[in-house]
Amino acid sequence: MMPHISELDLQHLHSLLRSTGLYLKTGPFTYRIRSSVPSIAEGLHLLYGDNPYFQQLDFVDFDIRLDSPNRLRRRFRPKLDFYFDHQTPFKPLPVTQAYAFLEWGMNWCISVHMNQYLKLHAAVLEKNGKALVMPAAPGSGKSTLCAALMLRGWRLLSDEHALVSLQDASLIPVCRPVSLKNQSIDVIKNFEPAAVFGPVCEDTHKGTVVHMQPDSRSVELDDQRVEPGWLVFPKYVPESETRLTERIKETAFLKAGDQSFNYSLLGAKGFEVMSKLVGASDCYNFSYSNLDEAVTTFDKLSETAA
Amino acid sequence: MSRVSYLLLDVLRYPETLTGLTLSEWNQLIPQARHALLLGRLHALILHKGLLDELPEQPLNHTLSAYLASEKQRATTAWEATKLSRALDSLQLPVILLKGGAYFQTNLQISQGRLLSDIDILVPKAKLDEAEQRLNAEGWMSNKLAEYDQRYYREWMHEIPPLKHITRGSFLDVHHTILPPTAKYRPDPAKIMAAAKEITPGVYTLGSVDMVIHSATHLFHEGDFDHGLRDILDLHGLLTYFGDHEPGFWDELVPRAIELDLINPLYYALHYCSLILATDIPQRVIQQAKQGEPNPLMSRVMDWLFMRALRPDHPSCDLPFTGFARLLLYVRSHYLRMPLHLLIPHLSRKAWRRRVADKGEQTAPGEAFNIPKPKPSFWRFWAR
Repeated sequence: MMPHISELDLQHLHSLLRSTGLYLKTGPFTYRIRSSVPSIAEGLHLLYGDNPYFQQLDFVDFDIRLDSPNRLRRRFRPKLDFYFDHQTPFKPLPVTQAYAFLEWGMNWCISVHMNQYLKLHAAVLEKNGKALVMPAAPGSGKSTLCAALMLRGWRLLSDEHALVSLQDASLIPVCRPVSLKNQSIDVIKNFEPAAVFGPVCEDTHKGTVVHMQPDSRSVELDDQRVEPGWLVFPKYVPESETRLTERIKETAFLKAGDQSFNYSLLGAKGFEVMSKLVGASDCYNFSYSNLDEAVTTFDKLSETAA
Repeated sequence: MSRVSYLLLDVLRYPETLTGLTLSEWNQLIPQARHALLLGRLHALILHKGLLDELPEQPLNHTLSAYLASEKQRATTAWEATKLSRALDSLQLPVILLKGGAYFQTNLQISQGRLLSDIDILVPKAKLDEAEQRLNAEGWMSNKLAEYDQRYYREWMHEIPPLKHITRGSFLDVHHTILPPTAKYRPDPAKIMAAAKEITPGVYTLGSVDMVIHSATHLFHEGDFDHGLRDILDLHGLLTYFGDHEPGFWDELVPRAIELDLINPLYYALHYCSLILATDIPQRVIQQAKQGEPNPLMSRVMDWLFMRALRPDHPSCDLPFTGFARLLLYVRSHYLRMPLHLLIPHLSRKAWRRRVADKGEQTAPGEAFNIPKPKPSFWRFWAR
């Protein structure tokens, strides 16, 4: 039995991160993470606690590091650089945003470098053996809904990347913490007081950002693909009624294409896989303001799984 | 002379060694190839040698991803070439593609897995204003540049400021000759255009020898060696392909370089191709090209510099003083480009503005759709 990251002593994890790095496997990807920032150690210890701990991986997809470029920067107005393979693709950010910076950087590694899947900007969950794919632009309440469904027993595959297999259009999990912003944070805290949150990052370019721990069952099943079931375009509309309406597949196809990182890059293959995904999914629009009602609606939908 | 090899170079020269690599070796190879912009090319090599099924999947995801991006660029380039040819047709101007765009259009093997940052075309200087207006009308617009930059391009450079298409977002560089008018060597663009060959209706590339000479000139006059290995590999591929397929290629090469006043960069190209990649070049051609060789002292200095700068910009490939070598070559490129009385004010101005606006071009990590631009590597030399 492989030990889990939560079984490491926090001090030990911190010293690992400062030296050889933490090897992390999440979904199909492997990272080596290094950083001397304490909040990174705390965040990883808490939010990736159920992931297996590897002493060493021979090959890592992404070798990343978050640190201040020099000693002076560490003392005065401390800022961090994100290093990917020794290069710094981003502007430095204040050390107070360290944990969010790490998660964004990890997302970026996938969005920009991996094209062996069709990738949608979407939350993906599973119930009754079928995947619920929810592509949405930022600010449409996708992550909030995703967090709520996970907290009510849906299995989380990702709150950010739908990875669609180019072979059979199945959904490949990459189960990582759910990112919540601004008001959504309190909404979820009220919805489920037992939810576990990582370091709070205030005043980021997206406002206040915090990451929520995925449940251990979702992490455990992180290598098991799921067949597509439902393709739903969610939208949070203040004060609105809960409404799930069917939409025709043709426009669902176009809208999903809009929310894809690499649909056009994959050319004919992208079209073929997107057709399979849309073909195999029931397509809906969904608008909501009440999370409890939303969960009930989706639970009911999950009963339609053949 | 330092000729310490490294994994990426070994693999490019002897692809069959790929099957014997351990995962830890792949863990070195993939970052080296990524920094050299050669991930896609590595994948093409693997496909070409039929090794796909024998190699581990995880590293191949990285080569495959880059290869797919390159295939997308091949399609985009063909489409852009069609659009350009329609735009310039009313001026009776051919579209002459340079560099990467030309390799794609001719479907040369070196274009397999290659990445482009922009499309470069060559237009006669007399028609430049008209061409720019036509292109503007068709949606290729100049980014807002500071007045100083506009003037820098228009007075001193061999190209106009880069254009970007307003809907497709593609970048276009319009050149009117292949070196800045202020440079030490003055090749006659009319001669180069006259030798262009038509690939598809209205779309041209340079003639084979000119393509090699231009690629050499570009590499050995530029100050940016971030992709030096990729460029030397392009030259190797061009020399090998034309040498094998076009009778008379080797006999025309050196005389043409002399005619264009570009024997010096051609000499460097042949010299470093054979030194780094053991390119098969006839001995008589190397002898002929020696007219372009610098004096013995300079030769040794250049070897010291280029054998460092033509390695991937990754710490695992650096030799002692690699950063310093890159810096000197950066300074050299400006010296070749402009006389000192123009160069010194220009560089001081650039350095000042860089300090003020450092990193302004980089993106915030949330904007995942943008591929960020790396900083010029020589600044890292100062930062060390």
